[in-house]
Amino acid sequence: MSKPVEEDQNFEEELLNSDLYTEEGHWHVNAGGNTIHASRIPGFFRNLRWYAQSIYFFFFIGPYLQWNGQRSIYFDIPHRQFHLFGITVWPQDIWMLAVLLIMLAISLVAVTAIAGRVFCGYFCFHMVWVDWFTLVEKYLEGTPSKRRKLDAESWGLRKITLRLIKYVIWLSIGLFTAFTITAYFMDTKELLNGYLHLNAPPAAWGSLLINTIGVFVFTGFMREQVCFWLCPYARIQSVMIDRDTVWPTYDAKRGEPRTKYARGPKDSKAGDCINCNLCFNVCPTGVDIRNGMQEGCITCGMCIDACDTVMGKIKRPKGLIRYVSRNELSGKIVPGIYKRPRVIIYTTIILLALSGIVYGLNHIAPLEFTILHDRMPVYTEMSDGSIQNKYTIKILNKTPKDLLVSLNAEGVDGLKVISEQGEAFVLPAGKMIPFHVFLRVNQDVFKTSNLPVKFRVKGLENKEIDISYKSMLIGPKS
Amino acid sequence: MDNNMKPDDKEKYGSDTGHEWDGIRELKNPPPRWWMISLHASWIFVVVYLFLYPSIPLLHGSTKGLLGWTMIKEYKEALTENDKIKAPFLSKISGMSAREILADAGMRNFAEQSTKTTFGDSCSACHGGGGQGKKGVYPNLTDDEWIYGGDIDTIIETITYGRQPAMPAHKDILDDASVNKLADFVIALSQGSATPEGWNLFKRSNCVACHGNDARGGNFNKNGSGAANLTDKIWRFGGNRDEVLQTIRFGVNQDFPESRKAVMPAWGERLSADQIKMLAVKVYSLGGGQK
Ligand code: SF4
Ligand code: SF4
Repeated sequence: MSKPVEEDQNFEEELLNSDLYTEEGHWHVNAGGNTIHASRIPGFFRNLRWYAQSIYFFFFIGPYLQWNGQRSIYFDIPHRQFHLFGITVWPQDIWMLAVLLIMLAISLVAVTAIAGRVFCGYFCFHMVWVDWFTLVEKYLEGTPSKRRKLDAESWGLRKITLRLIKYVIWLSIGLFTAFTITAYFMDTKELLNGYLHLNAPPAAWGSLLINTIGVFVFTGFMREQVCFWLCPYARIQSVMIDRDTVWPTYDAKRGEPRTKYARGPKDSKAGDCINCNLCFNVCPTGVDIRNGMQEGCITCGMCIDACDTVMGKIKRPKGLIRYVSRNELSGKIVPGIYKRPRVIIYTTIILLALSGIVYGLNHIAPLEFTILHDRMPVYTEMSDGSIQNKYTIKILNKTPKDLLVSLNAEGVDGLKVISEQGEAFVLPAGKMIPFHVFLRVNQDVFKTSNLPVKFRVKGLENKEIDISYKSMLIGPKS
Repeated sequence: MDNNMKPDDKEKYGSDTGHEWDGIRELKNPPPRWWMISLHASWIFVVVYLFLYPSIPLLHGSTKGLLGWTMIKEYKEALTENDKIKAPFLSKISGMSAREILADAGMRNFAEQSTKTTFGDSCSACHGGGGQGKKGVYPNLTDDEWIYGGDIDTIIETITYGRQPAMPAHKDILDDASVNKLADFVIALSQGSATPEGWNLFKRSNCVACHGNDARGGNFNKNGSGAANLTDKIWRFGGNRDEVLQTIRFGVNQDFPESRKAVMPAWGERLSADQIKMLAVKVYSLGGGQK
């Protein structure tokens, strides 16, 4: 934190004086006018992207996975239950979702602080689907230059056929994606039958339609424009990163001035960049990383692969473009990851949220228990002069089994409990049937008009069920 | 003018509108394509909407729209859908006796919930939204004083045929001293301090015909008179001395303006048997009912 500022300014100065900025007063806004056709080059980061993408395999097989005879992941909206690997989460436990979202958001921020937009480059479903769509383009329409030519061509039989085939393949991917998403919310077999026999519920058709078209349009046509203009994550990138964040960076000191490659020994003034533009050609978002870090860069590392390939061929050291932080590039000693306050704070938040979720999942109450004190009338004077209060009891049995329980009230002397359900009764599995309970008490206990009482539900067979609910007893102040 | 522009600026930035202020040129860059697409998609949506739905306000109501959608139609459809959901329950209710409904927690809950509006429309004008009644005027349904009986069958009977009790006005039957003594007696009765003298007067004045030998009312004595229980703490028409005197003097439903009015209409003419059945279940549940 207390690094001399001077050093930093030197670097800034250097950068500003370098050719990089004097030459390029260039400000290019990619507004999607031209489709970006990026080359594909094999390399370390290309492989890494494949490995990372493979997690979507689980997304596609998810609707078919079983867990202890049940669907492993199943969001049952009509019954308001979420099944996750044998755990049933009810809407009442939804606070865990909030904690989960906090955890994921902070994880995203933490990862961004350490290594930039890892999510964008390797895991983001949008860019992953774009990767597949452009792969289809590559096999169908050929190299980027051929694709650009085809784009410019006027509509003939060849172009129409190629486009039709491409759109059909894209739509199929979209359709399969949409089906998979929808299947998380319905019985997979039933859903498939519904679609095949044209009698699926309207919501299922809507989901299929919207998701298919969404994938087709966003992935097929908008591509990096989604990252540029729609995705909120890229908007706040600059507040998440700092000078210690590693990012695909062009080592301008080493690369400039760019000099065309010539055989023989290297000119001592020439930089290592040979201006082959390969780094620009492989970039899926049309970024020239040599202009410095910018909004469009999703840190996929394709430019690193490209440049390393070139450097390998011309026998210069690799890493002209590499994952490096600004501080490191300017020759500063970089603090260890866990010495950075951001990392410590983020990690703490993540751990807190995680323990919240673990606690929540382990403490999902078997019953949801609420009591409403009747307000009309607040209390009733009975014929023997006692005071009666009426309560509506709602107990939801969240377990898959019927439960035998007892209901009692305590907290006031001489309390008489009259329940419509009797003292012991069965709570049917997964159901909530409200009923009334009356509390009767002598008028003279009301030293104040409000007395606290506690209702208590106890499992008669499952002794570990013992849940209380605080309410009150109201009467005329004596 | 263009002194700080490089010659290739035109190419780089695109053409301008010819407007320039202090060296700042206004460029003619086209808006992003996605933006244009959204713009066109939006107005196409508006036009399609304009034709499909009622949208243009005219002198006599708006255009009808090709889909023929109206708010009231949507409401009615929703109602029909709601009725459809309720239908199986309602047919089940028809086949069940009120006692059976009370014994089935699920059906009991259904009956109570779905009869809320009927209760609100028919009962709450007098008995209040929660059945709490009005002290001294309309009976409280949440307490345990059942003038005609609080078992479910009697409640059905009461709702179906209504009730119109009668208590004679005693101002011309008894002398004023006896009326006063009777008032003192019934007040003492509810406080548990009745005298044998009082009991004698009570019996002599023929109150026992309706209120019973024990003064515990028509329900307890099963004589169907609708006479109130005088031994408990609940007063049908108010328990202070003046009110008690008024009740004894002018009676109930007699031809005096001071006479107590107590008429419960017969709902059998307006409500179906099933509606009354469900209503009875709700009334029974208000205060815990009576076996
Ligand atoms: S600049 Fe490099 S890392 Fe960034 S998006 Fe382009 S290819 Fe990927
Ligand atoms: S790939 Fe490497 S050598 Fe080629 S232009 Fe890019 S930075 Fe320069």
